[in-house]
Amino acid sequence: MNKSYNFAFFDEGSKREIRRATLKAIAIPGYQVPFASREMPIGRGWGTGGLQLTLSLIGKEDVLKVIDQGSDESVNAVNIKKLVSDTTGVRTTDSTREATLIQSRHRVPEVPLEQDQILILQVPLPEPLRSFEPSEHETKKLHAEREYSGAWLMLFEQIMKYKTMATDADHPVMVHDRYVMAPSPIPRFDNPKLDYSEALILLGAGREKKVYAVPPFTKVTSLAFDDYEFEIESFTNHECILCGSKDVFLDELVDQDTGATYFQCNDTSNCLDIVNQEQSLGVK
Amino acid sequence: MGYVAVKGGTQAIEESIKRLKYERLQKGTVLDVHTIEDGMRGLIDQVMSESSLYDQSLAAIAIKQAEGNPEEAVFLLRAYRSTLPRKHVSRIISSEDMQVERRISASFKDIPGGQILGATTDYTHRLLDWELEKETEESIQDWLHAYHAENRLTEYDQKQMSELSNLPKVLDYLRSEGLLQSCENNDLNPEDVTRKSLEFPSKRSERLQILTRGQTGAVTSLAYAVIRGYGALHPTVGELRVGQLPVYLDHPLDIGQEEDSYYIGDFQATEVEMLMPVTVEKERGKKEMEFEIGYGLCFGQNETKAIAIGILDNCLENPNTDFPSQNEEFVLYHIDSVESTGFISHLKMPHYVTFQSKLDSIRKTKEKASVGAVGGGNE
Repeated sequence: MNKSYNFAFFDEGSKREIRRATLKAIAIPGYQVPFASREMPIGRGWGTGGLQLTLSLIGKEDVLKVIDQGSDESVNAVNIKKLVSDTTGVRTTDSTREATLIQSRHRVPEVPLEQDQILILQVPLPEPLRSFEPSEHETKKLHAEREYSGAWLMLFEQIMKYKTMATDADHPVMVHDRYVMAPSPIPRFDNPKLDYSEALILLGAGREKKVYAVPPFTKVTSLAFDDYEFEIESFTNHECILCGSKDVFLDELVDQDTGATYFQCNDTSNCLDIVNQEQSLGVK
Repeated sequence: MGYVAVKGGTQAIEESIKRLKYERLQKGTVLDVHTIEDGMRGLIDQVMSESSLYDQSLAAIAIKQAEGNPEEAVFLLRAYRSTLPRKHVSRIISSEDMQVERRISASFKDIPGGQILGATTDYTHRLLDWELEKETEESIQDWLHAYHAENRLTEYDQKQMSELSNLPKVLDYLRSEGLLQSCENNDLNPEDVTRKSLEFPSKRSERLQILTRGQTGAVTSLAYAVIRGYGALHPTVGELRVGQLPVYLDHPLDIGQEEDSYYIGDFQATEVEMLMPVTVEKERGKKEMEFEIGYGLCFGQNETKAIAIGILDNCLENPNTDFPSQNEEFVLYHIDSVESTGFISHLKMPHYVTFQSKLDSIRKTKEKASVGAVGGGNE
């Protein structure tokens, strides 16, 4: 543990400041609370919003899991974990069940989260209305007035052009029937997991200096029309080549020798758990 | 199977970091931080200004660690800055108190107090000086000795020197002539953009802070666009000063008592007051020319940057949506080194999930399109 820095890197004043913004975010589900985002020792745009939330919340008893696009061992996840454990000494884990704090980039874990866990999502672009309104001053007004026709029109135009909604990750959601929110670039597959989630979900955008939240047991609906329903990514007829799971988000991979396409679990720790379980059952 | 990703990240990172250290050290030369501090004033000033942290020694370490890459050095110092608690706020510093080292005006030749060139590259010929290749400790000592002998101060000089800390401002002359409107001091407490995030419309204190922290190249380029054609300004340097500004702290128990305050040191700054001629409409449609000002202040001797700040300050005081450089969100959100380089470089991170999601979306639209075609399409 690196003693030349304060516990969890920040000075205590900075931590309190971030916690105050977080409390406000929890009190107003889906509302983007501005905060004085600090510069971090990792790239601004590489998860500094999530990292600031993690560092402001972490205590000595916490167990931390960090995932990057589903993987615990991805270079950036490893890097963030290392920074947090260097400055706090807390234990890290790959197991979703064991973790109390889970910082994630662009995935909600497959294992359902529980009440005593907090999921922290890293957010590159927190403003769901930014694609049609570049000005922050204007989008703030649109949110205040609950003026979301732009967001609906964006989806409507996609239907006119492509006969389907053409959003990929970061499909906008309505939180608590009030604020339209960017769920961060999680795949559409993960959007339903936000709805009435047992765990607190915090979203941090470091570069854009915003914190927002989905408190536990909050209604979260993906924007869609009655006749054009919201659809998650389809993996019909595919399963994980390692563990055989079907109802999970899969990575599409190409076998370099045969050129054939195959699929593999994106959530690597969940995949490993399932494989281990199967093997231990097999031994019996 | 060909793939990938999942295990081994930790070890790969460690090896990569080792390799980075090797690149810095492979030629077997130790770069002394004092050498950087004493000999790389330009880079140190740029890095301190963009980091908003005034400390030459820390800047020298950051430059060494970053192998001279300013973007990386600024990043290191900004991250370090995040760990420092804010314990004191200085008394208001009045820039009239600057101990001037260099001071010029492009508007008036004969300014009260005179033009003082000080140290500048402006009039050097940019010819590579091959002598520098074989400069020795001995040769520089000789040169220094001769320089000091030549510049021994007489009593008269010393008197002149003391006047350098109280030079009249060029703009005050214009005010006394009625060519520039005089204005009240704005002594409101400034907002601190590092403690409270920016909201629009922004305040001038916030704008000046973000400009002074801005990446030198970005600030310069935007200001260049303004005077080249994407803006309506034709500015002149009213006055440019480089010098030392003193910092005083209030006694913790006697706040506001100047005589009880503590002097804690000086910092070098570049200060620029730009003049912009504008047409103002007076009563009954009568038009008159007047001057507006643009103000630029930054740590260290960063003259181009300070002038560019002055130009952009005036642009943002007069919003005009025809030009991005006069749109405060466009300028203020995009000139920070750590933010712009951070987000650009994040594109190197894996985007497997988001890309998979995009693939799904593209396939879906293609499917719908082909279904439409087979169906004979009534549209």
